[in-house]
Amino acid sequence: MLKVDSIERGIVIDHIAAGKSMKIYKYLNLDEADFTVAMIKNVASKKLGRKDIIKIENVLDIDLNVLGFIDHNITINIIENDKIVKKLNLELPQEVSNVVKCSNPRCITSIEQEIDQRFRLVNREEKLYRCIYCDQAYDPNKQDI
Amino acid sequence: MLKGRHLIDPMDLTVEELESVFKLADEIIENPAEYADVCKGKLLSTCFYEPSTRTRLSFEAAMLRLGGQVLGFSSAESSSAAKGESVRDTMMTIASYADICAMRHPKEGAPKVAALNSPIPVINGGDGGHQHPTQTLTDLLTIRALRGKLTDFTIGICGDLKFGRTVHSLIKALSRYDNIKFILISPEELKIPDYIREEILMKNGLEFQEIERLEDVMNELDILYMTRVQKERFFNEADYVRLKDSYILDKDKMSMAKQDMAVLHPLPRVNEISVEIDNDPRAAYFKQAKYGMYVRMALIMKLLGVEKC
Repeated sequence: MLKVDSIERGIVIDHIAAGKSMKIYKYLNLDEADFTVAMIKNVASKKLGRKDIIKIENVLDIDLNVLGFIDHNITINIIENDKIVKKLNLELPQEVSNVVKCSNPRCITSIEQEIDQRFRLVNREEKLYRCIYCDQAYDPNKQDI
Repeated sequence: MLKGRHLIDPMDLTVEELESVFKLADEIIENPAEYADVCKGKLLSTCFYEPSTRTRLSFEAAMLRLGGQVLGFSSAESSSAAKGESVRDTMMTIASYADICAMRHPKEGAPKVAALNSPIPVINGGDGGHQHPTQTLTDLLTIRALRGKLTDFTIGICGDLKFGRTVHSLIKALSRYDNIKFILISPEELKIPDYIREEILMKNGLEFQEIERLEDVMNELDILYMTRVQKERFFNEADYVRLKDSYILDKDKMSMAKQDMAVLHPLPRVNEISVEIDNDPRAAYFKQAKYGMYVRMALIMKLLGVEKC
């Protein structure tokens, strides 16, 4: 069995849906990171069957808000001195920028590619987001993140 | 304070702010000569990427009647958009010339993009099938003038409720007034978008029904808001042809209506209101066009922060 060492200090992003860790890696801009990052795919999970995990070493100040939008099942553990010192509950961010694209062919973003793709939270209970320009809903069933 | 603000969505203005615009419009209607020079030295830019008669001319008439001047373009082909210039760049350029801008664009959200990049007030003059807030101000001022108030009535909204941006803006704006019942009359394919139904009507617990036959509800209506099935919103010509004659308001239907019902229409009409109705005292759509100019005069004054001398 593949073994990835535990980290002494850092962030563990757990319960990522299997196969989605690469996308999260991208959204958190970890490809530009100069610190150690481990991405583990298809780990056996009681809760999910299979899951992905990302471990980030020696860094604690990453903006993780976007993860609440991507998948609210994800859990975040903050590690210090080999121990979990904090578990973060993911909240839905009020706005997400350049995470998903508006699917409305009539939206201005469909013809002007340089405009930031911005979605704002309009209903927290229903986890409903809308394009700030045209009000098109983000539908997770039609648009894969 | 409305000075320096944008108007992109009808909900950008509170009910109190709307009332302040309507009161100023009332005063302008009462004494137009007193407002003839209030915008002297100010420039309105009309950036119309899509054809328009009423909206553009009423903006221009409004500014000219306030003593200001206008400049702009009336189609995308006659602007740098034809060369591929972005809305953002156009807006930043216009802002160096003019004091206020009215924009119409076939793509939804374009005026919002302009507003996000503009130091001068931007007014949405209609964006695709999305919103048309100054038409809503026109509609509200008309209803207020005809009925004396903006509460306690049943409004039937008929025609293309899916792509009709005036309809979306009007429902949003009316949702904040008391005791209004909405009867939404359209073919199945042109019903209101889900976000209007769920996030405006249902969320606010408003009384509404969706039906297909105008005849069934004519006698219940205090206001009938007719709309055109808009050819330019269809990607498929066959769908347009099939749906364009869904509703035609004629003398027979008007005979079923209350004696004090008012017929409104954002215009232009094609054939959905028979010309034989035009002389019926209940036909208010040309009056509505005039109110549109007055309410834009009031809006321009408020956004520029100018007052009567």
